[in-house]
Amino acid sequence: MKRVPLLTTVMGKPWLWSFLAALLIWIATIAFTGGQGAGSLLSGSLSFSAFFVIVGIGQMFVITTGPGNIDLSIPANIALSGAIGMKLMDGQPGLIWLGVVGVLGAGMLIGCANYALIRVLRIPPIIATLSASFLLQSMAIAYGRSIRIQPPEMFYQFCTGNIWGVPFLAISVVLLAVIMGYVLTRSIYGRWTIAIGQNARAAELAGGHVNLIRFATYVLSAVFASLCGLLLAGFSGGASLSMGEEYLLASIAVVVIGGTSVAGGFSNVPGIWGAALFLYLLVSMLNTFGASAGVRLILTGLIIIAVITAVSGRKSARTA
Amino acid sequence: MNASTSLPLKGAAVKSSGLNYARLLRSALPGVSLAVLLITIFIMQPRAMSYMGMNLMLNLAVPIALATVAQMLIITVNDLDLSLGSFISFVACVAATLLDQHPVLGCLVLLGCIAVYALLGALIHIRNLPSIVVTLGMSFVWMGAAVLLLPAPGGSAPEWLQSLVRIKTPLLPFAIIVCVVLAIAVHVFLMRSTLGVVLRGAGGNPLAIAKAGWSLLRIKITMYALAGTFGVFAGLFLVGLTTSADASIALRYTLLSIAGVILGGGEFVGGRVSPTGAVLGALTLVLAGSLLSFMRISPDWQIGAQGAILIFVLALRMSVNRLEARPL
Amino acid sequence: MSDFQRALVTFQGVGKSFGAVRALSDVDLSVQAGECLGLIGHNGAGKSTLMQVLAGTLFADCGALLVGDQEVRSSYGVQMARQHGIRCVFQELSLCPNLSVAENTRLMSPAIRGWGWRRKAKALIEASLDQIFPGHDIRGDDIVAQLPIGKRQMVEIARAFVRVDERLDLVILDEPTSSLDSRVAEQLLQFVRRFVCTGGSIVLISHILGEMLDTCDRITVMRDGRVVEIRPAANFTHASLVECMGSAAKAACEQHVFVSRRAHGSPVVTQRPARQANAMTVNAHPGEIVGLTGLAGHGQSQLLIQILRQCIASGQGAALVAGDRQNDGVFAMWSIAENITISSLAHLKRGALIDPDAEHALAEEWQKRMGIRTPDMRNPILSLSGGNQQKALFARALASRSDLILMDDPMRGVDVGTKREVYSIIAQEAAKGRTFIWYTTELEELDYCDHIYVFRDGQAVLDLPRSQLSEEQILRCSFVEQTA
Repeated sequence: MKRVPLLTTVMGKPWLWSFLAALLIWIATIAFTGGQGAGSLLSGSLSFSAFFVIVGIGQMFVITTGPGNIDLSIPANIALSGAIGMKLMDGQPGLIWLGVVGVLGAGMLIGCANYALIRVLRIPPIIATLSASFLLQSMAIAYGRSIRIQPPEMFYQFCTGNIWGVPFLAISVVLLAVIMGYVLTRSIYGRWTIAIGQNARAAELAGGHVNLIRFATYVLSAVFASLCGLLLAGFSGGASLSMGEEYLLASIAVVVIGGTSVAGGFSNVPGIWGAALFLYLLVSMLNTFGASAGVRLILTGLIIIAVITAVSGRKSARTA
Repeated sequence: MNASTSLPLKGAAVKSSGLNYARLLRSALPGVSLAVLLITIFIMQPRAMSYMGMNLMLNLAVPIALATVAQMLIITVNDLDLSLGSFISFVACVAATLLDQHPVLGCLVLLGCIAVYALLGALIHIRNLPSIVVTLGMSFVWMGAAVLLLPAPGGSAPEWLQSLVRIKTPLLPFAIIVCVVLAIAVHVFLMRSTLGVVLRGAGGNPLAIAKAGWSLLRIKITMYALAGTFGVFAGLFLVGLTTSADASIALRYTLLSIAGVILGGGEFVGGRVSPTGAVLGALTLVLAGSLLSFMRISPDWQIGAQGAILIFVLALRMSVNRLEARPL
Repeated sequence: MSDFQRALVTFQGVGKSFGAVRALSDVDLSVQAGECLGLIGHNGAGKSTLMQVLAGTLFADCGALLVGDQEVRSSYGVQMARQHGIRCVFQELSLCPNLSVAENTRLMSPAIRGWGWRRKAKALIEASLDQIFPGHDIRGDDIVAQLPIGKRQMVEIARAFVRVDERLDLVILDEPTSSLDSRVAEQLLQFVRRFVCTGGSIVLISHILGEMLDTCDRITVMRDGRVVEIRPAANFTHASLVECMGSAAKAACEQHVFVSRRAHGSPVVTQRPARQANAMTVNAHPGEIVGLTGLAGHGQSQLLIQILRQCIASGQGAALVAGDRQNDGVFAMWSIAENITISSLAHLKRGALIDPDAEHALAEEWQKRMGIRTPDMRNPILSLSGGNQQKALFARALASRSDLILMDDPMRGVDVGTKREVYSIIAQEAAKGRTFIWYTTELEELDYCDHIYVFRDGQAVLDLPRSQLSEEQILRCSFVEQTA
């Protein structure tokens, strides 16, 4: 009898699994290297995971709003925003604010455009964000064609620096995740987002402003993706067109591995961190083991499938 | 909510004919948009209206049409295949390497691919997994396998494949004939056969289909295996045209195939798809590219234009739907 | 019971459990050839479970299921039921909305095959529709999604009676008339009698007592998963049926002296139904309970939603109690508490965040007031029985501070005990000055209303104060074709 509460607590926190998996992989890697580079591996994984987490949070809110809701415009958005940010900053520390404001503004516009397609033209979100991403991609190509612009030194320092081995970026993103965690579970907006994901019609009839909430969610996702684009450009010393490519799959993968239901209405923020660490550590473990690119890809794919298989098995056991 | 129960009213006849009109308009939309596009192309570039011109424009459309049909089959059962592009790339790589050098082994691998698709269908059904995530994972797997097989672009397609896709047919270019045959064959199978009814029904109301005694598992496996088969065809046709392959040769096909299905009047959920529409949708997307080059628009905007066309056609469809939904 | 007749199907000591819940225990029942057997009971009495066992969609845990003289329980399934000529029309619609009427027919009848199967299927289903619902106006190639719900139900019923070289001995009709208007329902019941006269058997489940008494040969009453009474229908009356079902003790409905609240003050709601042709509006004054009635699906729900949307948009606030719990009400993944507090979150904030203690307190308070039977409000909403889920939805609406409460036939599928509890709470809240607009399909609920609007064809056609309420007038207005 006493074990029941413990069990239900663990079951109620599906994100624990992603952290556990990340930890196991970290241990496996370190065991292989004999303890060498444990700290730098962790530090590196914190930096890289931070980007996954930023887009993951935005994607999670979108996925929470229910089946069919997904933001496919993230990669194109990242590419375009990185380019905009670098151009506006123009390598000058004095213009960093302009870059940040400009990119956030661009993110909001993109979010508004996405939602306009969904709402005004009644296009299913997948197709709406897909077609928006086609347009954004072309814009990024046309706009980012000019020579590569370096980020301002100060911005570069922020994106790559660390304190006692903990990257600034990771600290900021952990803070962001904590805030968004509260937004999801304890704010009115978050509650309604989850409600809509479970039953949009019931949410409307219960007095929810469904369209407003969904609008906010798409804008949120776009702004987070733009922010990620800006930071990524700062991190890698300039924007590139292909910068966002892996983030579509990654953003969905971290959300799912983190224990969020793809069908919507059941989400959590901490799991995104666990999943992002897991994904990064996995790739670096395979690197350490000397696996080729092909093997790395195959294993990453198989693990995503294995995780989703395990996760949904657990869930159906719980509801049964 | 309760839809109003009908009472025999004088307006009923008017209403149903209005409904049919809108339905007709909506199903004609994919064809009309393709026709408009073609006519624009012909006006801008009359030379395109020749056998050679059409062949040039439409050759690459065939693999995309095949991919779109594959995607449509998956969408019919309310799933989505995000791995289709990397799968077709993998098939192309197999065709350019194994199939050329060890034909038997190559064939076995391709059959194995179809089996993997069938297994995926089974897995997704049995564990009730979201197809988006599973196929997302599979896209890594196919890509990884393709990289292992063909680390750098190259290889060469078997001779017979190259000559097959370059057949010169009388009157109409081969590409058009393939597309027409494809559309008709899939239409007859999915829309007209009794099996097709069950398969589509599984998208519309899976519970009802299960209650009627059909195995949803078998339906999913069938659909995925068929999608895999069309994916294999798409890869083979593609590599026949390009003669060599690389691991990312068809990555765009994932998004193009989804766009094609939607352009063709398909819907994401509820098993509402149209095979002829899907093929027309794929052709529309391909011709949009040709139109742009005729208009001398920078290739930077190629992708953007496909997005714009998608949005435009969907906006049109919405207005048709509005027409239909307008209360009398 | 007349055992000398040929028993088509016999249950002997059949039991079925879902986890700890015993849905059926020790059921003995037989269906004779050529009879219409009624099955009646409260929610959770086990009617639907029993019929699902018969249709082959659920397996019985124990006991014997005899079809003819064969014991078939262990190998029974949907296909086998069909082979034995047993078919079922379930409550939830089992048509595929993306397919045409004819294609849906084919799904159920594998015998329709070969060249021209579509034409055959169309002819068969149209013939069946003609036979059951003369003047139905449905064509075989109509897409189901484009038919209104009543017609879908007609298609579903007609489909169960399509026969192609197969046996058709027994059809289970589970609440077949729920989405049919009375004219069509009458057609159906007449057909049931004709079908029975030609030797077929029907099992009819309905909550409309009159329907059961008029149509059935025998009526079986179930309670708590057991069969408690089987009698020829002629030996039952309304009163004895209700008594057998063991409903909660009837409190005499206290008849208040009717005082109109319309003499002074202005209405809180003045709404013209969307399809209203004349200037008539539905009005509600503060503290009033306004009833909407008429045949089901004649625009009452639409009016409620219209009012709700306008009130929310204008910031006036209104709360709706959904009748269709699964589609319009419940958030299935949430706890009971979260389901209740969702409409009141703005008042539960401390700073920018929702205060969990305040939320819990609100949930507890409403658990007491509504009498929601659960050990812990943090349990999932789906752990509650249907009636208690409905109470939670009432709690959601009443806990919100809206002065206007809209009720969309909220007592659908709710047991009598719960109903009475809720009626008294509604009366209390109205006395405190809250306004209720109540769409109901049950005429006796109109006794609780101050003003009643009768709807027909999406329009309000009659406005009655309670003092003038008469069933006869309501029925006349629901049916008679006249412009107000």
